[in-house]
Amino acid sequence: MKTIFELSKPGRGNKVLTPYKTTVGLDPTKEVPKADIPASFKRASAPRLPEVSENDLSRHYNALARRSFGVCDGFYPLGSCTMKYNPKVNESIAALSGFTDIHPLQPKHTVSGCETVYSLARKYLCGITGMDDMTFQPAAGAHGEFTGVLLIKAYHESRGDHARKKIIVPDSAHGTNPATAAMCGFEVCSITSTADGMVDLDALRAVVGPDTAGLMLTNPNTVGKFDKNILEITKIVHDAGGLCYYDGANLNAVMGVARPGDMGFDVCHLNLHKTFSTPHGGGGPGSGAVGCKEILKPFLPASTLGEEPSAQSIGQVKMFYGNFLVVLRAVAYLMTLGNSGVREAAQTAVLNANYMKKKMEEAGYIAAYPGICMHEFVLDLAELKKETGVSALDVAKSMLDHGIHPPTMYFPLIVHEALMFEPTETESRETLDEACAVMAEILKTAKEDPAACHAAPHHTVIGRPDETKAARHPVVRYEFGA
Amino acid sequence: MNIPSDLKYAKSHEWVRQEGDSYVIGVTDFAQNELGDIVFVNLPQEGDSVSVGDAFSDVESVKAVSDVLSPVSGVVEAVNEELLDDPAKVNSDPYGAWFIKVKDVSETEELLDAAAYEAHCAAEKE
Amino acid sequence: MSSYLCSTPEERQAMVESLGLKSMDDLYADVPAEVMIHGPLDLPAPKSELEISRTMESLAKHNTRFRTILRGAGAERHYIPSAVTQICRNEIFVTAYTPYQAEVSQGILQSIFEYQTMICELTGMDVSNASVYDGGTAAAEATAMCRDRKRSKVLVSETVHPDALSVIKTYSFGSNTEVIVVPSKDGVTDKEALKSLLADDSACFYVQQPNFYGQLEDCDELGEIVHAAGAKYIIGSNPATLGVLKSQREYGADIAVGEAQPLGMPLAWGGPYLGYMACTTAMMRKLPGRIVGETTDDKGERAFVLTMQAREQHIRREKASSNICSNQALCALTASVYLAEMGPVGLAEVGDQCYAKAHYLASELCKIDGIELVHPGEFFHEFVTTLPEADRVLCFLEQKGILGGLPVKEGVLWCVTEYCTKADLDEAVAVIKEAYGK
Repeated sequence: MKTIFELSKPGRGNKVLTPYKTTVGLDPTKEVPKADIPASFKRASAPRLPEVSENDLSRHYNALARRSFGVCDGFYPLGSCTMKYNPKVNESIAALSGFTDIHPLQPKHTVSGCETVYSLARKYLCGITGMDDMTFQPAAGAHGEFTGVLLIKAYHESRGDHARKKIIVPDSAHGTNPATAAMCGFEVCSITSTADGMVDLDALRAVVGPDTAGLMLTNPNTVGKFDKNILEITKIVHDAGGLCYYDGANLNAVMGVARPGDMGFDVCHLNLHKTFSTPHGGGGPGSGAVGCKEILKPFLPASTLGEEPSAQSIGQVKMFYGNFLVVLRAVAYLMTLGNSGVREAAQTAVLNANYMKKKMEEAGYIAAYPGICMHEFVLDLAELKKETGVSALDVAKSMLDHGIHPPTMYFPLIVHEALMFEPTETESRETLDEACAVMAEILKTAKEDPAACHAAPHHTVIGRPDETKAARHPVVRYEFGA
Repeated sequence: MNIPSDLKYAKSHEWVRQEGDSYVIGVTDFAQNELGDIVFVNLPQEGDSVSVGDAFSDVESVKAVSDVLSPVSGVVEAVNEELLDDPAKVNSDPYGAWFIKVKDVSETEELLDAAAYEAHCAAEKE
Repeated sequence: MSSYLCSTPEERQAMVESLGLKSMDDLYADVPAEVMIHGPLDLPAPKSELEISRTMESLAKHNTRFRTILRGAGAERHYIPSAVTQICRNEIFVTAYTPYQAEVSQGILQSIFEYQTMICELTGMDVSNASVYDGGTAAAEATAMCRDRKRSKVLVSETVHPDALSVIKTYSFGSNTEVIVVPSKDGVTDKEALKSLLADDSACFYVQQPNFYGQLEDCDELGEIVHAAGAKYIIGSNPATLGVLKSQREYGADIAVGEAQPLGMPLAWGGPYLGYMACTTAMMRKLPGRIVGETTDDKGERAFVLTMQAREQHIRREKASSNICSNQALCALTASVYLAEMGPVGLAEVGDQCYAKAHYLASELCKIDGIELVHPGEFFHEFVTTLPEADRVLCFLEQKGILGGLPVKEGVLWCVTEYCTKADLDEAVAVIKEAYGK
């Protein structure tokens, strides 16, 4: 397909604005006088932006949309990403001009609607997490992690406890956890998991000490299991003087059922774009709200222009107050679900995952961790690969031909041929049954005709791309001809 | 698998060739095969210090990154900038695609000869 | 029954039983009783869609929408063409996720590739990433790209947006980096101070063009000073000015960053916005975030993929230069559609009108006794004036539906965009005169 630059023709374009210089002399009451930008500040040549008619523009972007895949297109069981249905009413609310057309630096008494949205979000989400306060500045999960771990750093420093240089992270953790700890100036201390995917308590006890700043953990963890030793884990860290960080990536399994605050966590982030159903937008914008216990409250970020940061605040992590329109959608979602719906959603997410896991096992797949799972589960395809040569990647690519978005591949790293499924609560039994039938069919193909799996996908707009070529000789922008 | 007999080897799969007082270092055929298609090589700068057992470089494949450890302690005398433009050379010609040349060498780890390294690789494959 | 679930309670019970369990609670056998929530959640009862709509519409009405906005300071009301709003509402773009599966994500990937190209064109740089959270975090990430063992200190002009400076300081608190604020003189960076503060351990210098006060900095000379000291040069620019103003590359920048909200995104009380980041080829491997590249598929057809991923956290873990694992894709799409709809001519018109209208307002305001420009230099579309009895005058404007300039330490910071008409500006001036009883 052509890029928009290849559709461009000089002189084409749209009349969004009236060129003001053409009207200057005609009616001085209507147009401001001509003013010329000093030559020393002017650019030498115009940027080569596309010059296209609006019709061409519209068709171009519709063609791009057709070559993409959203939750609106089909089942999207991308593990760890919680691709649930995104309610339409939230989009209508986020488009209200009484929210979109509000300047972040308007006087306080002119934004009480926005402030009410934040105070409701704070109330609801503190209730769900068991935290005492919350900031909405962070724009994404990783950004929330960064904010939360900085709160831990500021806490220790405020106490003159400068020896706490290490953050403990399980080896099953998402890559953002160690990357976050490093960004916050900490040394990363990786600990092994037990055979059933839990934190190894002995390994934890062996590494905690006066240099422990804290622990970062998801619960349910990245293999989709709830760590039943959670109270013992947080106690070990607290006894050593460290704090506990809850990565909210997997909160969808336990919202309304159990609270990170009650598990012994001191600070957590939430992915409002996952758990609270605001759409993912092709990769963002999201919101990584961070909740904390009373002891960390003095260090919360605040905007220098719009608010009064406390003396101990870590400062700002983002301009202004965060992604307001994302938080707004989450509030609308929580109002819809209400006190009964939140738990019901979590339970259904867990039920759907277990239902699917059992059917997959019946079809002949091997779950990496047996027993009841939480909202997601991991298949281990190592045996299949050994037997047929068909890898997790081949299976995932085969799913594309059946209109299903593949699960997360090769994560967690501790399972080598991993496929991680997270069906979410907003899928019907029929959808789950169909997906399981597709998976059974792929397994059959893998055994009978592995070459077909290696060559998949067969029915997508492109075949497998050459990623080695892309990385060796990066072409990261359109090159204009002479 | 190609293991030239005139080179010395580290257990972490780097090869070493002594040239006068300098040591030339690269990664072995075994290593490049394990790493897959190499797409980028991060190299140190001339004048940087390297120490035995520490990473002086890393190599990227599409979905992985691996450290390259130094078998010697010393000062980087030259780096093979050709690899920046043509990382594929590590795959196609691992013993021609040297990474760095080290001078003022104060220490070397215990290096294997070709036969011992071949046995080491075979053991690791098990 | 309004939880967006797709199964009935009876179906769910049947599914529970198919697992050999009795009730939903059995699914949570691993959760210790001490941490289970007993009793109802502290949330209101579920509401219907109509109730939610009414509640939210009522909240929206508690906010004041101003007819005329003369306030910027990092968030600007520009005209948003209808094509931008309509195209970016496409449900597929809205509900897709990061394009991990290239075969079914060519559209999202291509839109990012096109966005990267447009950012390169605006800034004159070689490589752009797929975007970051906002202008402040883009600046902070840029400073982190420049640090190494020998050069560790970050210099920032006092004239950048205070929120951006605060974000840089917060990121630097994380990485234990020293931030040195370079003082200003007459509303622009003090060049002599910059020269004296640069040293062998300076990693970079960050300046904003136009700066927070709307002043145009002498970015040519600043660049020469910075490079003479061996440091990297980062310039933050409002992309709405780049249809007419010099690109960062023309000033010799190594990294170009900025807040792209003016490219089609509404004010939205501060977010979501869009941070752009672009750099020279020499620094490409240090650029954080997602990057889309062009390649071919197994049949030799053009294809797009996420590329150079080995820089990123999911592979490099604690050795990654940033923990970022997303981009503001929908906002980047918005900016792309905006730039394609406006084209080079339209974007230049935005710049020309911002400049002309701001200069008109400034000259009309300065005709009022007691109001004068605070800074002597050239400005673009923001400027600081004195304003006697500022609080009272701004309040008076507010009552007439006009959001006046932002009170800052030096006076009041005004912003004018193409959205304002001459009549809007004349009205504002008349209201101010009225406030003074003239």
